[in-house]
Amino acid sequence: MQNKTRTALIAYAFLAPALILLAVFTFYPVIYGSYLGFTEYKAAQFAAGEAPRFIGVQNFIALFQDELFLKGLWNSIKYIAIVPALQIAALAIAVAVNRKLPFMAFFRAAYYVPVITSIATAAVMWDWIFQKEGTLNWVLQGLHIINSNSAFGWLNNEHTAIWALMLVTFWRGFGYYMVLYMGGLQAVPEEVEEAAYLDGATPFQTFWLVIVPMMRPTLLLCSLLSTFAAIRVLDEVVALTPGGGPLNSTYTALMYVYQKAFDGFNFDYGMASAAGLIIAVIGIGLSIVQFRLNREGEERA
Amino acid sequence: MSVTQDRIVQDEHKRAVARAKSKKLLNTILIYAFLVLVLVFAVFPFLWTLAISFTDKSATGGVSIYDFPGSLMPRQITIANFIEVFTQLKIAQPFWNSVVISLFTVVGTLIVSALAAYPLARMDFPGRNILFGAIIATLVLPTETAFIVNTMTLKNLANLPVIGGNNCFAPSSVAPYVCQGLGTYWSVVLPTIATGFGIFLLRQSYLSIPQALLEAARIDGATETQILWRIMIPLSMPAMTALGIFTLVNTWNAYVWPKIALLGAQNLEPMSIAVLKLKGQYNFDPFNIAAGAVIMMVPILIVFLSAQKLFLRGLDGAVK
Repeated sequence: MQNKTRTALIAYAFLAPALILLAVFTFYPVIYGSYLGFTEYKAAQFAAGEAPRFIGVQNFIALFQDELFLKGLWNSIKYIAIVPALQIAALAIAVAVNRKLPFMAFFRAAYYVPVITSIATAAVMWDWIFQKEGTLNWVLQGLHIINSNSAFGWLNNEHTAIWALMLVTFWRGFGYYMVLYMGGLQAVPEEVEEAAYLDGATPFQTFWLVIVPMMRPTLLLCSLLSTFAAIRVLDEVVALTPGGGPLNSTYTALMYVYQKAFDGFNFDYGMASAAGLIIAVIGIGLSIVQFRLNREGEERA
Repeated sequence: MSVTQDRIVQDEHKRAVARAKSKKLLNTILIYAFLVLVLVFAVFPFLWTLAISFTDKSATGGVSIYDFPGSLMPRQITIANFIEVFTQLKIAQPFWNSVVISLFTVVGTLIVSALAAYPLARMDFPGRNILFGAIIATLVLPTETAFIVNTMTLKNLANLPVIGGNNCFAPSSVAPYVCQGLGTYWSVVLPTIATGFGIFLLRQSYLSIPQALLEAARIDGATETQILWRIMIPLSMPAMTALGIFTLVNTWNAYVWPKIALLGAQNLEPMSIAVLKLKGQYNFDPFNIAAGAVIMMVPILIVFLSAQKLFLRGLDGAVK
């Protein structure tokens, strides 16, 4: 009996650092941050030691009347366009490097290098690539897709800036999802592929009708992860277009949170928290939709 | 008649085999072509930046990084840009900041995760499943507003004598709230060291250690601390290393959180912020920025290349 109590005490002592840190820096901010969304709370109040003032849904009403926030929200939703491109490419690349051919380990490692690149380094490199005189335009001119008169800076154009950021996200992400898909592919038994081949299926049919359905859990996980990443994108935006791009064309919803909370002279924690809450709710909603779609797909299959 | 027929069949078979062979060869060539194309996309930014960082900008007079394909292949190689970054742009301090912040975070994460993972994996106590569930829940919690509240918490923590120490410059009437957080390295480090990911990864590894080993140690009178230190940690070195490398890469590369946490304490800012500041300067010098970017990239690249298998396996284990 005493022994049991002792074990419990030791267990709690070992867990204490992790639990305290998680409570202070993860659980508490999620709960308190959600509450702040329904209050008026500016940095001045915080500095004066005042408590936040509960104002109900006023912040949310104000947000949906704020054109900048709506534009940010729309850009965040636009950013989800990256998901199918990223997932299809990552899966195709995973299938290609998964073969037992020479140099595959080298390709895999090289594709992963962008993943471990900091956004600071990536921003420096891609900024030059996107310049008017940069390599992207040089390549496009070389391929005769555009001529030298119509060259432009990709990040300085309101129609292309957000797509340029997506290209950076794509570049930094495909190696990560490739590794996850490789894990999924290795779980597909070789006999299944061989059986399909013997039944006269073409490689494409084998892939589409046999491998893809077996990869469903990995596909769902990866598309969920990248949808969340897309709706929460912040690094690329802050690093490459610090002000939110030409005519706020790259201004995303999370950037609104970031700016409201830490830019300018009167940080507005209440509004920022409310905006964060809206993004969180959209994220949760999207994941529910994706789960539903996946289950329906499974039932049909 | 039948001989010729036989031969026709044989020929046809041979041709079919040859066709299959050449088709396979064509397939292989296509795969490699595709992979090389992706390779160019993946590594081109690095190669170009590397070329720029080693270009002797004084040699040809008015060289531009935009002279293609000239700037992709520097004619005169020099390390002057790297020296300049250290002497004129004072990158040494941010580099040191990155080293300290990364070291604190990696060591902190390993200690906190190892301590928490042990009871969750191998001890029986009331509330274990609930606690484990709560820790796993942190992986999916919507944390969009966490960085706001965390800066407030850190600012309050600065008043505690134990943690204390706020070396931000004094607030003025123009910028009354300049200093977010503690104004110490701990502002960046503290909120990031306890993660559900780290605890989960080490717990999985502890679960695979044979129970007989633990029982033998207990019969010999080993305390739980000794078991953790002498058995669990040494035997789960691969998982510990993977977690360490993973944390190092994330911390070294982090940008937004350090920027928020150290707002007002510029002298503590890591490389990631310093490199981007160079880019934002009005009279920037691309050759020096490239050198800065390379300096920032190299340590992580070395870590990744030397522990690549472990690193990718660690990632794999985290998802399963």
